[in-house]
Amino acid sequence: MAQRSKLRWVILALPLLAFIWLTLFLLRGLFSDPTELSSALVGKPVPQFTVPDIYDTSKMHTEAVLQGRPMLLNVWATWCPTCRAEHEYLNKLAAEGVYIVGLNYKDDSRAKAVNWLNTLGDPYQLNLFDERGMVALDFGVYGAPETFLINSAGEVVYRHVGDVNDRVWNTILKPQYDELMQSYQGAGAK
Amino acid sequence: MMRNLITMLVVAFSVTLSSLSVAYAVNLETYKFDDPQKEALFRELIDELRCPKCQNQTIGDSDAPLAKDLRDRTYMMVQQGASKQEVVDYMVARYGDFAYYRPPVKVSTVVLWLGPVIVILVGAGVILMRVRARNNAEVELSEQEQAQLAALRASKQDKSS
Repeated sequence: MAQRSKLRWVILALPLLAFIWLTLFLLRGLFSDPTELSSALVGKPVPQFTVPDIYDTSKMHTEAVLQGRPMLLNVWATWCPTCRAEHEYLNKLAAEGVYIVGLNYKDDSRAKAVNWLNTLGDPYQLNLFDERGMVALDFGVYGAPETFLINSAGEVVYRHVGDVNDRVWNTILKPQYDELMQSYQGAGAK
Repeated sequence: MMRNLITMLVVAFSVTLSSLSVAYAVNLETYKFDDPQKEALFRELIDELRCPKCQNQTIGDSDAPLAKDLRDRTYMMVQQGASKQEVVDYMVARYGDFAYYRPPVKVSTVVLWLGPVIVILVGAGVILMRVRARNNAEVELSEQEQAQLAALRASKQDKSS
């Protein structure tokens, strides 16, 4: 008899457990951002490309420029208001010695982009000009700004969608960047 | 009155539908095909690939610039003779599983695929158990019912003999 009532309790508890599980599952959904997709490229080498430099279109760059040291690849355009918002912060990071490469994504015109860099400051060590967005497509870019963290081997470590600000840099990007820098400098010292 | 309301609703609904299909046609006007098979494949693909920018729209459905880029790329690949799987793989390699409306069967998606089947099986199991329990339950007749039963049996025997 005791055996049977125990079983009864287990069966009665099942719907309650299912309900609690469902509640937690849906609650989590409330606080997750569905527009933030993780990159399919994480852990993979950057795609191959050949694009001109934004200042001098006769000068071509390939994926080789994204190898050899840890860096950020920032995808931006003048038509993107959020890029404008994060630009000041990128300038600050560049002044602190963070190595950033810029990828100009489907901008209205090259002149406009160059003008932006001349007036607002150029935080980029190198400026790639992706006029038709073909390189960005290979990177899986779906909106500007996006910032990729790339290691010395030229592999994508992390992708951030949206602006880079104090909070994003200090809590998400900086710890990973510092870690990459440590192993990079360690390898250089040997 | 009720009938008028329903007619109005039906008209409004069909107008919305037809305007949707017009927008769709305008979207696709620029894509010319010589081979009807390739055109069919192209239409199938843009109806199953998801625009990464727009949460819940296919790339054939969305006006986002990114959706247009992806349509152009799909068109290019189909014209060059790519198979459906090649185009899907190309998009998934760049944008992840999000880019395709049919989730692959993986450990993380197994609930999606098996969940409905499991729910149906559990439901069927519960119904079966309850029906069986009901059939097996012994029925006790009251004295009056016993007498009724006996009378029925007796009358049936009378008729058959």
